[in-house]
Amino acid sequence: MSWLLAIVQTLLFMALSPLLAGWLKWCKCHLQNRRAPSLLQPYRDLLKLTRKQPVVAEHASWIFTRAPYIIFSATVLAASVVPLIAVDLPTAASADVIVMVAFFGAARFFLALAGLDIGTAFGGMGSSREMTISSLAEPAMLMAIFTLTMTASTTNLSFAIEHVLNEGLVLRPSFVFALFALILVTIAETGRIPVDNPATHLELTMIHEAMILEYSGRHLALIEWASQVKLMLYGVLIANIFFPWGIAQSFSGAALGYGLLAIVGKLAVLALILALSETLFAKMRLFRVQEYLSFAYLLGLLGMLSHIILEAAR
Amino acid sequence: MNIEQQDFYTQAILSMSALVGLASFLMLGQGRLLRLIFVFAIQGLLLTLSTAVAAYSLHNPHLYISAGLTLVLKVLFIPWMLRRQVLAMAMHRDVEALQNKTLVMLGGAGLTVFSYYVLHPVVQTASTVMVNALAVSLSVVLLGMLLMISHRQAVAHVVGFMSIENGLFFAAIVATNGMPMVVELGVAFDVLVAAILFGIFFLHIRTSIDSLDVDRLNRLNEVDQ
Repeated sequence: MSWLLAIVQTLLFMALSPLLAGWLKWCKCHLQNRRAPSLLQPYRDLLKLTRKQPVVAEHASWIFTRAPYIIFSATVLAASVVPLIAVDLPTAASADVIVMVAFFGAARFFLALAGLDIGTAFGGMGSSREMTISSLAEPAMLMAIFTLTMTASTTNLSFAIEHVLNEGLVLRPSFVFALFALILVTIAETGRIPVDNPATHLELTMIHEAMILEYSGRHLALIEWASQVKLMLYGVLIANIFFPWGIAQSFSGAALGYGLLAIVGKLAVLALILALSETLFAKMRLFRVQEYLSFAYLLGLLGMLSHIILEAAR
Repeated sequence: MNIEQQDFYTQAILSMSALVGLASFLMLGQGRLLRLIFVFAIQGLLLTLSTAVAAYSLHNPHLYISAGLTLVLKVLFIPWMLRRQVLAMAMHRDVEALQNKTLVMLGGAGLTVFSYYVLHPVVQTASTVMVNALAVSLSVVLLGMLLMISHRQAVAHVVGFMSIENGLFFAAIVATNGMPMVVELGVAFDVLVAAILFGIFFLHIRTSIDSLDVDRLNRLNEVDQ
């Protein structure tokens, strides 16, 4: 039963993530006085791409054609670790949050390799930028998550969220810092506006897009889908760690339905906030990104420190 | 006692104190005057919130008046006035090159540790919230002084001075559960007068040395020319 639920939950991750991307685009268009595409547009795009024949460059090695599958499966495996509508997942027993970050690392490694593989200038530039940013973002993310795991004294996401739930409403200074740090890291890791512009057509400013310029057809569809799953995954992390109320603690139908409703509502609000910040802020210069990420790291570190100093038993 | 066992007031005050301390650090590393003033307004807002929380949980209605005063003075009026002056003197485009920013930040961290070190024996017998919140407010005072030392613009000095006052105010709320109304009114009025006086000083400094960079006050006009 619980394994079935884990599989259903992972499938939900895959099914709902294009909808989240569509909703984000819809909010953004309305905020910027543009006509919004339908909420289902990302699904249509993915479907259209899967029907097209992928064009592979002459000099591409096997890495280039295998990478989309590896990236997609690593991202989906990472998603299976995160509790979406119910805590107490069987997958949680075998993989904790550090494994999740490692899955992301593996996906990113292959994406960067694929960018380098073709040998175009833009691909290599995108890979080098992506690696620079992620090497700064990853410690910041781990710091933010360690704050949670130190509070719950487990690195297991399911148990940690359950711990936060059972504790009730406790205002923790460390969680405030960790929340801000995780939001900053999310924006950097999913390539949203102050760091990277997902809708750009100018190759020189691209980061994520530069690596996948050569992809087409179903390969591109898989990579796009993986990045949508990744965006949703970060959203779920923020929503369920810091505002876990509503998530199902038992496997009854009503609790699960309520959990699904709660997470959809939370993600909709988070996407609205993201769309608002993307409308208000301009993309920053590439060399300012390390300043931004070191601020995120500082926030994570402060969260950890305030856990030790302000919340310690005396 | 762990934080889960504390009451809501303690948790809220601890969270606020962490954010107030963070705001002080942000001010310390800020080279642009308008952003400095903005962070100062945020710190004022945090003070307002913590005063309101204290008023609510301690059933002390006169603290609401104090919260309102803080809101009007430190979040709206003083930042607005400083901002207007910066814009009028066209200094909002200058980025102040902080000498040795890293060293200043490290110094700030050292000051925070120092204030813990100083206060720990003094209030050891009191509650957790006392030790932590008092230590944070002492470090806000010291960070305000460091801000005045490390920045060169006179406007930044005024912001540093006001943030020292913020630290004292926070300590007063936490330690005394609200001072007598007369004292609070007096302090608020003092801050207001100080802000206006500083505005006049800005004009004087500017007319005499044609800049608000206080490093240039070290040189005597007559000797140099």
